[in-house]
Amino acid sequence: MPLASYALGVMEASVYAPEVFARGLPASLRVEAQPEDRTTAVPAADAAAPLLSLQGIGLSFGGVVALAEIDLSVRPGEIRAIIGPNGAGKSSLINVISGVYRADRGHVRLDGASYAQVPTQRLAHLGVARTFQNLALFKGLSVLDNVASGLAYKVRSNFAGQLLGIGRSRGEQRDFLSRADQILEFLDLTAIRHRLVGTLPYGLQKRVELARALVAQPRLLLLDEPMAGMTAGEKSEMAAFVRAARDRFATTVVLIEHDVGVVMGLSDCIAVLDYGRKIADATPDEVRNDQRVIDAYLGVASNDEALSVNEGRAGI
Amino acid sequence: MTAMTSDVPPALVLPKWIAPVLLLAFAYGVVPLIGSSYLFEAILLPFLALGLAGVGLNILTGYAGQVSLGSAAFMAAGAFAAYNFNLRVEGLPLVGSIVLAGFVAAAIGIVFGLPSLRLRGFYLAVSTLAAQFFVQWALTKFSWFSNNSASGVIDAPRLSIAGFALDGAVGRYLFALTVVSILTFLAYRLVSSQTGRNFIAIRDNETAARIIGIPVLKTKLLAFAISSFIIGVAGVIWAFAYLRTVEPDGFDLDRSFQILFIVIIGGLASIRGAFFGAALIVVFPLALSRLGGFLLGDVFDSGVLDMSQRIVLGALIILFLILEPDGLVALWDRVRRRLLFARQST
Repeated sequence: MPLASYALGVMEASVYAPEVFARGLPASLRVEAQPEDRTTAVPAADAAAPLLSLQGIGLSFGGVVALAEIDLSVRPGEIRAIIGPNGAGKSSLINVISGVYRADRGHVRLDGASYAQVPTQRLAHLGVARTFQNLALFKGLSVLDNVASGLAYKVRSNFAGQLLGIGRSRGEQRDFLSRADQILEFLDLTAIRHRLVGTLPYGLQKRVELARALVAQPRLLLLDEPMAGMTAGEKSEMAAFVRAARDRFATTVVLIEHDVGVVMGLSDCIAVLDYGRKIADATPDEVRNDQRVIDAYLGVASNDEALSVNEGRAGI
Repeated sequence: MTAMTSDVPPALVLPKWIAPVLLLAFAYGVVPLIGSSYLFEAILLPFLALGLAGVGLNILTGYAGQVSLGSAAFMAAGAFAAYNFNLRVEGLPLVGSIVLAGFVAAAIGIVFGLPSLRLRGFYLAVSTLAAQFFVQWALTKFSWFSNNSASGVIDAPRLSIAGFALDGAVGRYLFALTVVSILTFLAYRLVSSQTGRNFIAIRDNETAARIIGIPVLKTKLLAFAISSFIIGVAGVIWAFAYLRTVEPDGFDLDRSFQILFIVIIGGLASIRGAFFGAALIVVFPLALSRLGGFLLGDVFDSGVLDMSQRIVLGALIILFLILEPDGLVALWDRVRRRLLFARQST
């Protein structure tokens, strides 16, 4: 890796957020797919084997613990929600699964292979797609091109072939566009396929982002607050699309959501995070009645707070 | 036509190829017959060279989102490489020297594009300054590049393609026009290809681009290479067809800024925009000097011209950034749409 080490040398004076720095480390310095796990991996044909499992994931930024000792196991074809109050570590968890963050401790097992940091660059090849909490669409491209870009990992033609329109590039192009069109049809976006994505209302942009993730027909789909900022009607529409996507493409879905009501109806299983810890992981019904979950969501006065309130009263 | 400005209602637009074809027919068929030598020497040749450089920078900055202040260095690399290939390689045709010069510029572009793998925005712009200063220094320091000429000046060789001499003003114009047309056509194909969409994806959201499997590092370096190739060839046209005699000092930081202004004023992420911007940058000083001389007479000497040129240009850039961040191209599209609309509704 002479390139990477050169770049590293040049960049030591850079001013970057620590997570960007960690992600940008040269591949040679990363702990990648560890082959030792492959021998013991359960064959994928076994339906009970988890598609994704996290083992003892820990992550902190400076002194702030974002995630602590998180274990999670997701079966193929499942819709698994991750809920929790603001700052509970939900997005950090998705970022660890997709390799945007590198966990300080623990491993991510994807389809039998174990990673200290999931290789983001190969994520699409591993059959993982994701959306982002704040829209991460390509504003300068049309809806169709945004969705077709979800297949970019498959490109085999080089730019010279594309320039001259020879070789693989033509068939590839036709294939991408027709697959993108199928997904647009599936998500009811065909009417706006030529619009610039930056000009669309927020709810539609969210749906375009789902389309871009779905076009590659991923085995694992990570959705970071797919319904944030939507009206109740848009939310139920989006939930229907997520369920339809799972049924049609047999995709396993891991999604983060604030709205507990939507999550209860949509998911097979719910994991609840609070202050970076997993406090519950069960079916919607069990989670609904879990005292710790209720406390985390509604809030309980801690002993200290109760004391200080009393002291305050006494002072008056 | 471009990704940024494609929201024109399709019903109002003629087939896309009509306007460029008509323009080319005019440029090849009519302009050489009616143009004066002043038009070629002072306006059209610098316009073509700077327009092409603008196209090159636009691919890097407008489409791929990597800011560069090293454009003049890549022009210089192209010009001096073509000069040396032409001088030292026996029997190499002119076109061969130009293509090889483009590859040399592309290689230098890749080297100075390496920091982009870790740097963004401002920091990247500053690191491309290294290219600007290094190339200029190397060309001045090692007289081998200018064939041991004392002042570092190189003289362009005779221009001829397949035995046709292209030494007159019209000949050099046709030569430049042909090279610029071919490269612009290829650039247009590029930005609407998968690679062009990857550029835009990296510009708009690098993390998302990485996640969906676009090879970000490779694509950025490719953008630097292609952009530098085009700018390098623009440097050859600048040196061989326009000025005929150049020195390294002609490719200083001012020239880099000039090309950046062309791209910003013309419109980022627009191939047409580069030519709009180049037209403004070339015609504007001439128009200003005519106007100044007409209004103020003798008071308006070259010193005043130079100063007023900087002031007005600076003000124009600020105005553009505030009022029309998408550049002349967006302005043009808006006016055209309004005209079409007015004609339809009457």
